[in-house]
Amino acid sequence: MAAPMVPTTFGRGTVRHFRSGAAISPAGAARASGMGSRGLARLHGLFAVYKPPGLKWKHVRDTVELQLLKGVNAGKAPAPEQRVRFLLGPVGDGEEKALTLTATSVPTLTNHPLVCGPACTSLKIGVGHRLDAQASGVLVLGVGHGRRLLTSMYNAHLTKDYTVRGLLGKATDDFCDEGRLVEKSTYDHVTREKLDRILALIQGSHQKALVMYSSLDLQTQEAYEMAVRGLIRPMNKSPMLVTAIQCIHFAPPEFLIQVQCMHETQKQLRRLVHEIGLELKTTAVCSQVRRTRDGFFTLDDALLRTHWDLHSIEDAIQAAAPRVAAELERSLGPGLGTQQLQDPGRPWDSRGPSSALGLESCAGH
Amino acid sequence: MALSAPQIPRWFNSVKLSSFIIATQLRKHFPRPGKTLLHGFSAQPQMSSDNYFLQWGFKTYRTSSLWNSSQSTNSSRQEIGSAQGTLLPSMNEQTQKTENIPSFDSELSLEALDDLPPVSPLQLVSEEEAIQIIADPPLPPDTYTLRDYVDHSETLQKLVLLGVDLSKIEKHPDAANLLLRLDFEKDIKQILMFLKDLGIEDNQLGTYLTKNYAIFSEDLENLKTRVAYLQSKNFSKAHIAQMVRNAPFLLSFSVERLDNRLGFFQKELELSVKKTRDLVVRLPRLLTGSLEPVKENMKVYRLELGFKRNEIQHMITKVPKMLTANKRKLTETFDYVHNVMSIPHHLIVRFPQVFNTRLFKVKERHLFLTYLGRAQYDPVKPNYISLDKLVSVPDEIFCEEIAKASVQDFEKFLKTL
Repeated sequence: MAAPMVPTTFGRGTVRHFRSGAAISPAGAARASGMGSRGLARLHGLFAVYKPPGLKWKHVRDTVELQLLKGVNAGKAPAPEQRVRFLLGPVGDGEEKALTLTATSVPTLTNHPLVCGPACTSLKIGVGHRLDAQASGVLVLGVGHGRRLLTSMYNAHLTKDYTVRGLLGKATDDFCDEGRLVEKSTYDHVTREKLDRILALIQGSHQKALVMYSSLDLQTQEAYEMAVRGLIRPMNKSPMLVTAIQCIHFAPPEFLIQVQCMHETQKQLRRLVHEIGLELKTTAVCSQVRRTRDGFFTLDDALLRTHWDLHSIEDAIQAAAPRVAAELERSLGPGLGTQQLQDPGRPWDSRGPSSALGLESCAGH
Repeated sequence: MALSAPQIPRWFNSVKLSSFIIATQLRKHFPRPGKTLLHGFSAQPQMSSDNYFLQWGFKTYRTSSLWNSSQSTNSSRQEIGSAQGTLLPSMNEQTQKTENIPSFDSELSLEALDDLPPVSPLQLVSEEEAIQIIADPPLPPDTYTLRDYVDHSETLQKLVLLGVDLSKIEKHPDAANLLLRLDFEKDIKQILMFLKDLGIEDNQLGTYLTKNYAIFSEDLENLKTRVAYLQSKNFSKAHIAQMVRNAPFLLSFSVERLDNRLGFFQKELELSVKKTRDLVVRLPRLLTGSLEPVKENMKVYRLELGFKRNEIQHMITKVPKMLTANKRKLTETFDYVHNVMSIPHHLIVRFPQVFNTRLFKVKERHLFLTYLGRAQYDPVKPNYISLDKLVSVPDEIFCEEIAKASVQDFEKFLKTL
């Protein structure tokens, strides 16, 4: 007796479609390994999206997941399947009608998509360095096996670039221009030179902190050379450190600064603006925080909302894959856990997004 | 007792988690060829007052005419969560002519089994008899999906071929139960014919039935009465078909309820009969949805946003979806359009489509136009941009004709926000 091709779910009443983990249904796995996996096979790796202001990062991640699922499940309908059954019937010619079993292929609907549901019900997408709701900018997402690269990126401790827009004359409770107003002040005395001086002071103090948290013995020759080239940064937990800060545009009451930092949160950047205001003997709030670079993902790599679909994301993953591999190899490569001898994420390269801004190299401060 | 090899008694006393579908007894009208074993069936022993006792039949092993033993197992199963547990009859193949309709008997009525001669498993069986032993695995007695039963049920197969999405229906605990109990020829066919007469096409039947599978439990006479009522209110046949297609639950509402709803809209919106009719045809889910959001939204328009009655009527006849829109989104959109973009009420009334678009779209496009210096929404001045051109056109046309810039510029601008 042949067993039927249909797998029985006898005694497995507790098995359900899971939402949290891998959610390819038991039959979907069989189907996904055939046609659908063509869409899923290329969906492993890192890519960056541009998070618009006003959206929570989780919402962005869920929207991207929905759009990817739409693309993956939109394949062509599978061919009608058959299963083998042994049917009893009279066979033979003439008078002798012997009952025998004949193997026949009969159509089966058990794996039809209308019976099983879509092949893929959720995808595993992870988020790299998060952005809060009011901030915008490059948000790195990892899908499938790329999620382990997210951990590698975190361990590489690369720097991030932000453009922060500040507004002089106000102080609010959450350092944001939509918060509750605490204080108002005049700002006529503020000039560009004063601002540049303050920013240089900040950068200098953070430079000392960089060296301190990187736990390097500066008495060695190697460490001295690295310090000269400006490559020292902490490779473990540390408070927010600003590696470079510069004013790009100054038109009172508004000013625009570019910050390159690591281990930061956007709230700390807003507090930084507030403190700059205090140093200038006035007050300031932050009106926009925008991340322009996260490690090696720049604004050019970030996908806008209209491009959050399967094909664009697959292309973005393919385009970013070699660069990701190279950078992580250099950052984490030989000697995981020892101090770096390589370049910490190219702060001032020509690949930086704001080439029109005339950035100085970080060694010259 | 000595039972033959194909007999597999099973006991299932395990406790199941979450929702599961429990198989129950077969329908009584299954013909049973000459069995005397059913008499013990109706006397179900009760273990406790709050347990359900469910019995199900399995596809039995059929042997030749020598011994007509039919196997059945039964067990008691505790139903967990009365809201979730449902009952499903086990299915039998009705296409196989050599199959025996399974019968079952109570485990405790053993006198039937005494009629059978005791058979040893080592007894030799002739070739014809051996061929006729059917040893397919039995249907699972309870399951959480209809996949296990679809190949054994003509009803389910025909529904899938029509395009009904069973995976969505089986999520509702009573629905699968209902569908399996129905017979295609008797119950389902009449309703399908009725729907086709109404004007729903073959390829639309699938989506309709996926949403409103409960129509099979409705009485055909009631459905006809409701359609007659709608026709008496001067809805044309095509309109009724369109309404039923867009609001699948419409025919499940009684005549009184439909009457109340129509009356409510006519009174609340103070529109003429013809305009109410057009409104309902365009958005029939007004009749099937809840009325509270509509009342809320009317208050929001009048009191919070400050529109006059005739303005609200005009906007609603143009964009009926405004009646069921989310209150928070409405106020946020209005706040941005009126306070930030400085567009007065009379202009918003002329283009109510702005309430139907996502706020981020309005914001992005307005900011882009401001950046280009083209944000001019006053019809008196030159270079006027109307609101519907702002929101209703796709990105390419917006960039080319209204902003007079390229799509790449728009994307670069979006990345600076």
